[in-house]
Formats: sequence, structure tokens, C-alpha cells
Amino acid sequence: MSDSSTADEVVSEKPKVSKIHEAVIRIAGNSQDGIQSIGGFLARLAGRSEQEVMTFMTIPSTISGGPSIFQVRLSSGEVLTSGDEADVLMAFYQHSYDNHVDFVKEGGVILYDTSHVEPREDLQEKFRHIGCPITSLTVEAIGGTAKDKGKNIFALGLVARMFDLDSTRIEGLITERFKGKPESVTETALSAFHAGHGYPLTTLAEIYEFEDPKARDTEQVVCTGNEALAYGILAAGVRYGAAYPITPWSDIMELLRRELPKYNGIFVQAEDEIAAVSIAIGASWGGRCAVTGSSGPGIALKSEAIGWAVMAEIPLLVIDVQRGGPSTGMPTNVEQSDLNIACFGGHGDSPRVVIAPSSVEDCFYTAIEAVNIARKYSTPVIILTDQAIATRIEAFGMPNLKEVCQDISPDLSPRDDHKPYDLSSADGITQHVAPGTFIKSGKYPVVTGLEHNEMGHPSGSPKMHTDMTAKRRSKLQALGRELPKPEVFGPEEGNVLMVGWGSTQGSLREATERARKTGDSISSLTIRHINPLPEGLEDIFSGFNHVFVVENNDENLYGYGQLCALLRARYCDKKIQGINKADALTWRVKDVLDRVKSKLEENK
Amino acid sequence: MSATAEVERKPLTKKELAADKPTWCPGCGDFSVLALYFKLLQNRGLHHEKFATVAGIGCSSRFPYFVQAHGAHYIHGRALPFATGIAVSRQDLDVFVFGGDGDAFSIGGNHFNHCARKNVNLTYCVMDNNVYGLTKKQTSPTSPIGFKSKTDMWGAIDKPINPMQQAISAGATFVARTTHTNPKHLLSMMEAAMDHKGFAFIECLSECTEFYDGAFDSSNPRKGGEFKEISEDHDPTDENAAYALAEELVPGYFGVYYQISRPTKQDKEAEVNSKFLEKTKGMEDWEILQQNFNKMK
Repeated sequence: MSDSSTADEVVSEKPKVSKIHEAVIRIAGNSQDGIQSIGGFLARLAGRSEQEVMTFMTIPSTISGGPSIFQVRLSSGEVLTSGDEADVLMAFYQHSYDNHVDFVKEGGVILYDTSHVEPREDLQEKFRHIGCPITSLTVEAIGGTAKDKGKNIFALGLVARMFDLDSTRIEGLITERFKGKPESVTETALSAFHAGHGYPLTTLAEIYEFEDPKARDTEQVVCTGNEALAYGILAAGVRYGAAYPITPWSDIMELLRRELPKYNGIFVQAEDEIAAVSIAIGASWGGRCAVTGSSGPGIALKSEAIGWAVMAEIPLLVIDVQRGGPSTGMPTNVEQSDLNIACFGGHGDSPRVVIAPSSVEDCFYTAIEAVNIARKYSTPVIILTDQAIATRIEAFGMPNLKEVCQDISPDLSPRDDHKPYDLSSADGITQHVAPGTFIKSGKYPVVTGLEHNEMGHPSGSPKMHTDMTAKRRSKLQALGRELPKPEVFGPEEGNVLMVGWGSTQGSLREATERARKTGDSISSLTIRHINPLPEGLEDIFSGFNHVFVVENNDENLYGYGQLCALLRARYCDKKIQGINKADALTWRVKDVLDRVKSKLEENK
Repeated sequence: MSATAEVERKPLTKKELAADKPTWCPGCGDFSVLALYFKLLQNRGLHHEKFATVAGIGCSSRFPYFVQAHGAHYIHGRALPFATGIAVSRQDLDVFVFGGDGDAFSIGGNHFNHCARKNVNLTYCVMDNNVYGLTKKQTSPTSPIGFKSKTDMWGAIDKPINPMQQAISAGATFVARTTHTNPKHLLSMMEAAMDHKGFAFIECLSECTEFYDGAFDSSNPRKGGEFKEISEDHDPTDENAAYALAEELVPGYFGVYYQISRPTKQDKEAEVNSKFLEKTKGMEDWEILQQNFNKMK
């Protein structure tokens, strides 16, 4: 809790009230305790209170059981990451306490369930320990049978009390959440909340009040990256898709399956990944860009079909929500190790577009951008997100849906003649007419994975293969020229430029701000367009002595992460170096800065 | 095209339907499937903008290049899911899928089962020659035991697929066998398949003269065989009877083994959608989405 300042004098029995700017709360328990929903309530509340919020969670890849955490950072100002250290740890079990106590800021509060946790004697000085018989009080409040149920809502009550949160709003959120369920469910939840909220935190010397956040022009919405991406796909006008369930992608397909009927669309749960991508490609050929998605292992299975879409030049949206790999790897953890398969995972020369959104809000708009690129350039576009961004909750401004929603229905108006792979067209870009289009010349095109002539019929001619390969490549070069030059966060000249992509943006920006406060000349840059790269990166790089590419993946055989290797290959610049880690956790700001420092030492 | 213009249009001629010259070997059974596909389109007055022709990989899968129409030549084994994509998203089109035994029962085996169970409304014609022809004589999933190929030089040892039984047990709603040597029968099966609402599967025995010459002679009267048509007593809605009929080894019986009426994938999805569409009636798409965003405030 930064910038803590005492607002009221300590009154004998009443705890003092401190104004705070922000707080990081980590809730640790087991996956079935409903920890995610406490975090979800807090995040939603923050959004409605015009606060900034970001969350982080870990869940085991088991069905039930196993340690799980949910961390939420609430702030009256800007939030870039979910926080390096916690101000408050809520520990449900001994293992929650033991595993996360090191994560608490010195002087922080540890709220623990006395029914399960025995706090360490040697830490009594370092942290403020507050015991509360969470389990037994919950049982008392809502009745006995389901022993651990409701504990999360009780704990939410405690947190609400500690931070003087708007309990009426929380009650409203709880009521909304259980809408449609029997009334008794809502009542039970509210009882648990009131019991927690009313618990006398006698050992708590302080309660905290957030400063008033800056007034905003727009309303805020709060959701996860996966939700933002799925809604972005709907806004983009996509009405058909297919997929196979895989963590952490499944949320998106479930949401699309649930929502598409409202638009008379269809999302097909396919028998496997290959069928899924094939159904999507078939629907795209039907004239309306369709979507498929998966995580790394599934993307590998889809690769042949994506290669076909590159060859036949069919618009297609592919989502890859990355997780720890290779193989089954770490399904519920974050890693940025699919950049190579996204950019280079095709057989043959098969250039495709790869875009990596860098925040929850960006997920929404990237979906629309990706669909428009796919249509304009008649190409597959892969959106690379990852587990961290997929499950993270952030607040952002309500999009102007009336303005951004688009209709991408196929144009079936008759044509005089049509040559999809016309080599002499002005812009060199293939455009298909959908099946069902009447063509007066009576000459109909075929789409194919074989090398083909301008009508899509097979051709074994060396010249044709050369020309068509160039056609498929040069349209993406044209796209590269059109892309906006990314903006440097911080000054455009200095000692170190940290380059990142995707979910690490927040960590790099917070690291930049922190470093600059202590006088270090560090800026950062997020590259959203991975393939093709935008023009002008070399100009940006030329403003810095060092370019460190910070990634959530391994340094590989030669010391460079996946984006780093791409940038080195592209710019042949020795000052581009990698800072990598493959622990399948998000980058902490402190770790980023430590690694930058040691990299600078190495370079001396 | 306006409705009036359609009325005036004549069925397409063979010339208007033919595209590339087929690359099949002389005597290949696939020629007759192509010829009868043209005949089908002509008989039914299907114009270029009313149908789509889809295939995977294999000799027979070159099909779309030979048809002057919107067509797709997709990857090996995945013609059915590709066709599913077009069939669910463009229900205004008749979708015809062509392929071989490797495409259908080996690399694409999973899709065959699932497309059948989902009862996707399309017609699937498998030109089964019991051998891999395009790659020059390897064992196929329908090669009989003992068939000598480049991958089983001592004779095939794995039990072949029984396409009729597999289709029936997977949930196909139209299952028929025909042969390229009986054009009249082949056309009648194609017509019945096209008329069927749901996943209509035809196995057309189509001889590979190059690598499995004489494979189906026992069903060809011109070669001294017998064309055994399914008896009129057979009840095609009787699943057990159909399954039993398919016990007979290839070439076996010809005709409709099994046909039932079950809602298609498209029907079932439309049923789901209709409930939602009642609620979103008259709303712009952005207004529907706005409801979701309002819940996230």
C-alpha cells in the first residue's frame, strides 16, 4: 500500500483509518475454494468504482484440488501489473501460508484461517498477523453441511471491511452473480458476506480507504483477456467458428458457442483440432472470415491446414492462447514460446500474419484488426495471446460498440469474370468470390493447396511457382509498410530499450517508470505486430545503446529468445540481446530490473 | 440472380460443366463418377452458383478441377470437416464431397465418423478402389487381406474397414453402395443421396486399372460376375438388417443399405438459434453485444 498517510488520529478502540493509493491482495487457498470469485468480485467492484485493477491467478491443471491463488491489485491511479509484492495475504491453509508468506511486503498484513493455519513465531515481528476462524465462522453463519462452501464470500466480507469497500455495491454484485439460482443461494451468500464484514477485526490496528480515483470520461468495463478477445471476435462480425477444447483457450470457444446463436451464427465443437481448423476454413471459403483457436499443442495440429489457407489465400482468424510448453507442458501457466510456431510453423514458404495483443483491452481491438487484415490481404492471421493475459482481469473504457461493430457478410453479387490469383492486379492481392456467386464468363475458380495458376488450377510451372510464392510474400510486405510504427514508452533516446511483446507489456512499463524514478535511462517498446514487423524499428533501436528483448521463454541454443532471434535475424544488430526466463510465471518488475542491470554488467 | 431469371435458365450442358481434362489413367472408374455427376447436376438443373464441389487428396480427389464450378481441393483426409464449414455457413448451397478410401477411412477416419454422427447435410461419394493409386500401390484401409502391395509385398495382413458397417454404426442416415460399372445404378444412388436430408454416404467401387486391376470383377456381369442388387424386401430403416447385409465381403450388395430420417446438424443448430433469435429480434448486432458489455460494468 503505497503513499499511506494517516487521515484520522487513532481512537482508543477504533482502528485508525489510512488513505491509500493502491493495494495488492493475494488470496491463497485451494482451487475448489472459490478464490477466483472473491478476486472477480473485487475486480468488478474496482471497475465500478472507477479504479484501475489488474488480477493474476494460478490454478492447478487438475479438476479439483491443488493450491491456487488469486491476486488483485486495486489502485486509484494507473495499474500496469498485478504487483510484485502483496500488501495483504489471505491464507486459507498452512500450505497457502508457507508458500506465499515470502511474497508479502515487510509490515504487510497476513489474514489467516485459525482453523487451518499455524503462523510462524519468527515472522510475528515482520508481518502483522490477524487470525480469524474463517471456516468455523462460515459454518456458523450459513449452516453446517457444506463445510468449505461460502468461505470465499466470508473472506470477501473481511476484505471489504479491511478496505472500507462499498458493501452495498458488493451486495449488488453478489445478487447479480447468483441471479437465476434459487433465492436461498443468494441469501446464503449474503449471510456469509455479512458475517465476514461484521467480524470485529480487533487485532487490526488500521483500516484502509482508497483515495478517490481520477474521474474518467468513459464508463469502465471489467473482464478477462479471453472474454475481451471473444467479444472482439463478435464485434468484428465473425459468425462462424470451430474448435476443440484446450486450456487456456476453452473460455473463448465456450463464450462464442453461448453468444453466436443470438446473431444466428454457429460455433461447432469439432472432433479434433484438425477438423476445427478445417471447418473454420470451409466457412471462410463460404465468404465470411471464420475463427478457430487453441493453445500450442492444438496449433501444431492445425499447422498443415493453416499452410493450406496460406497457399489458397483464404482469410482466417486463428487464436493461440499460449501456455507452458512443449507438449502438454504446463497447461495453466504462462509462457511466450509459440512465437516460432506462429510465424514459422508452416511447411514450405508460408508467410502469415501474427499479432500479439498486450493488454485485456488490446485483445478486444486486436480481434477486429486481425479480421480486417485477414480479409484485406486474404490471409490467415494468428493472434498470439497467453495464459496470463487470457485469465487476467483488467478494467478499460467501454468501447463504442455502435462504431466498432461491423458487418462482414459475403458479397454474392454476380461478376462478369473473376480470376482470384490474378498476377497482374494493381495491388497484387488475391480476392476470392464466394461459392454461390454467379460468374457470367462461365469460368469458375478452384481453391487449392496445389501450386496453381491464376484460376486456381494446378500448375507445375517453375515460373508460376516463383510468381505465386512472390505474390503470397509481397502482400505481407505491403502490410508491413502499412503498419503503424510502435511508440516508445519513455524517452525515444537513452541507454536501454527493453523490447517486449504480449502480456509482458505491463511489467516492462512499470519497470521503465520505476527505473526512471531512480535516474536510470530505460525506455520500453511493445511490438504488437510480430509478422510482418512494422517498418521503422531500426530507427527506434538506433536511439539506444542497448536493446534488450525481455521474453517469457527460453534463451534457446544461442542465447536469444524467440522474438529476440527474429529481431537479430531481421536487423543483424549485435546490441539486440535477450533477457529470458522460462519458469512459467509472469515477469515481476523487480526481476526485470535486476536482469537489465546484470545484462549491462555483462556488456561492460 | 433474380427468381425470374432462374426460371428461364436451361440446365447446364456437359460442355458448360466440364473444366480441366481429367488426369486419371485410361479405364479408371472415376471417369464414370465424374460423367454421372455432370448428369446429376443437369437432371436436377443445378446451376453454377447453387452448389460446391469439395475433395481431399488422392486420385479421385482431383475431382474439383474437372468440374466447372466453385470447388475446393483441400488437404488429405479433411474434406469432410472443410465441407462441414461450408455446409453449415452456406445452407443455400448443395455440397458434394468426393474422395477415395485413404482419404475417407484412413487419414480422415475420425472425420467420417463424426460427420456421420452429426448428420451434417451433405453428400459424400467415396470412390473406393481398395488401393492407394496416387502414390502407386500401397495398402489401403479397404485392401483385402492377402492383397500384395508395395507396403505389404507378402500380402496385406490388417483387417480391412467395412465402410457400410462403419457408416451405419457411426450414425450416417443414408448409406449406399454402388459401382462404376453400372452407370444407371450409380446415377440413381447419387440422386437418392442428393435428395436425402442429412449425411448421405455412397461407397462407389471404382476400379484402379493400374494398381488393382479386376478388383471388383465378381460384381461385373461383363467380366463374368454378378451384380447383386439389394432385394426389395430389405427394409432400409432396419439398422440390424442393414448391418447384417453389410457382412458380405466387398463387392457384396448394391443399393441403399440404410436410410432414416433424423434432424440434421443444420436443423439442430437452427433450433437452438431460433430460441435466441426471438429475444434479439429487431436488435442491431451492436445492441446485442452492448448487453454483454453492460453486464461487465
